[in-house]
Amino acid sequence: MRMLINVPETVVADALRGIAAAHPELTVDVEHRIVVRRDAPVAGKVALVSGGGSGHEPLHAGFVGPGMLSAACPGEVFTSPVPDQMVRAAAAVDSGEGVLFVVKNYTGDVLNFEMAAELAEDEGVRIAKVLVDDDVAVSDSLYTAGRRGTGATLFVEKIAGAAAEEGAPLERVEAIARRVNASSRSFGVALGACTTPAKGSPTFDLPAGELELGIGIHGEPGRERRPMMTSGEIADVAVDAVLADLDPRGPVLVLVNGMGATPLLELYGFNAEVQRVLGERGVPVARTLVGNYVTSLDMAGASVTLCEADEELLRLWDAPVATPALRWGR
Amino acid sequence: MLDADFFARWMGAVAAAVAREADRLTELDSAIGDADHGVNMRRGFAAVTAALEKEPPRSPGAVLALAGRQLISTVGGASGPLYGTLLRRAGKALGDAAEVSPEQLAEALGAGVAAVAQLGGAKAGDKTMLDALEPAVATLRLGGDGAFPAAARAAEEGAEATVPMLARKGRASYLGERSVGHRDPGATSSALLFAALAEVAG
Repeated sequence: MRMLINVPETVVADALRGIAAAHPELTVDVEHRIVVRRDAPVAGKVALVSGGGSGHEPLHAGFVGPGMLSAACPGEVFTSPVPDQMVRAAAAVDSGEGVLFVVKNYTGDVLNFEMAAELAEDEGVRIAKVLVDDDVAVSDSLYTAGRRGTGATLFVEKIAGAAAEEGAPLERVEAIARRVNASSRSFGVALGACTTPAKGSPTFDLPAGELELGIGIHGEPGRERRPMMTSGEIADVAVDAVLADLDPRGPVLVLVNGMGATPLLELYGFNAEVQRVLGERGVPVARTLVGNYVTSLDMAGASVTLCEADEELLRLWDAPVATPALRWGR
Repeated sequence: MLDADFFARWMGAVAAAVAREADRLTELDSAIGDADHGVNMRRGFAAVTAALEKEPPRSPGAVLALAGRQLISTVGGASGPLYGTLLRRAGKALGDAAEVSPEQLAEALGAGVAAVAQLGGAKAGDKTMLDALEPAVATLRLGGDGAFPAAARAAEEGAEATVPMLARKGRASYLGERSVGHRDPGATSSALLFAALAEVAG
């Protein structure tokens, strides 16, 4: 095992101590595992709380700050947090205007956030929830737990976070979050498996010269394995898979997201191909973000997320944001 | 009749079994899930054991309720709420009686399993823990001598029967056809729960 860690048991706590040291603008409760923007609760503002398994950094703790999340609850690696964390986070950030839970569609996240919502409501906190399920690789979703939540989580957290920062009420923040999710689709590709600290070896065996199409963000294998393709060929497959399910009438937001072990040189090259395909398909691009945002430990690969944007979503996307991983406009 | 001490020993035996089999559970989970089932269950049942030792509850129902709450607060993932609900609901069904019969335990576990099915929206055949839990409880309900080991065998056979199944719930469902040929880790840990029950009753 070649990992920069002490022991698997303390990986998450160690990372939280590191986040605390690097970001004095956040309050990090290492014991209870919540990361909160320091000025919370902000009077008159709806709060956004998200969370999920660790291993997807900078998601979610890296998106805590003005213009985005009020708090994040990191779970164990690839394991959803427990309700206690979410209840504590909601209590810490609620100003009385209510809290929006941003939940990725995985059984564990859904069940724990559901339990947390009930408990927080018992304590008098108004809770709304949005489920992110943007992954087009999961077909016949009638027979599965539904589509996974992946790259669109960033769009939902940024845009709904901006709406909350403007003072929109809970119902409106929730509605915008749902609209962003409904307007977003993703598709991911792995060029190599990832290694979880608990297992210490790759979660699946991917021989050199092959790639996995339609992966999620938990090191699980994809839907299909194929011989290695060029960046341009992968962009064709990924963008077409997204466009098979999303027919944007307006310009789109583009996220070209790295899975953790693919360098920016490759991601930018891949983005050039993604932009080429979008141009060939007649889809205008409004904004593009390239980088490692919704990762899967050290998995090599990338995902493409498109969000059909109208003027309101674009304005909220461009609004100022100040978090460890996303920062612009102020 | 079964008292609180019996239930505490049962939970202790589950903790030992989960610790012993943690690597195997994680290995099964890495084939179709995300490679953390063993480590999560071990953490959860270690917390259960610690809580039971700290303040031993006085009724079987209270033992299961406490264990369930600990699992919800420490495991995370889908396993935390599902196993937590199983034990909490069974504990609630037992009420605060100081001793319960095997028949009452069977009924209470039946209520717990029904709650798990409702929470997860799954049914037998979906390649989940229910494929071990349902036959085990059905066997336990038949009662008589040897009901506990028979239930353990039914759970084990139910877990083994998940190998050829297509996963329809949980993270394995994202693999579609590729989930076939792998034993479900949740059904496997559920079989450990009943093996521990048979061991303690033995």
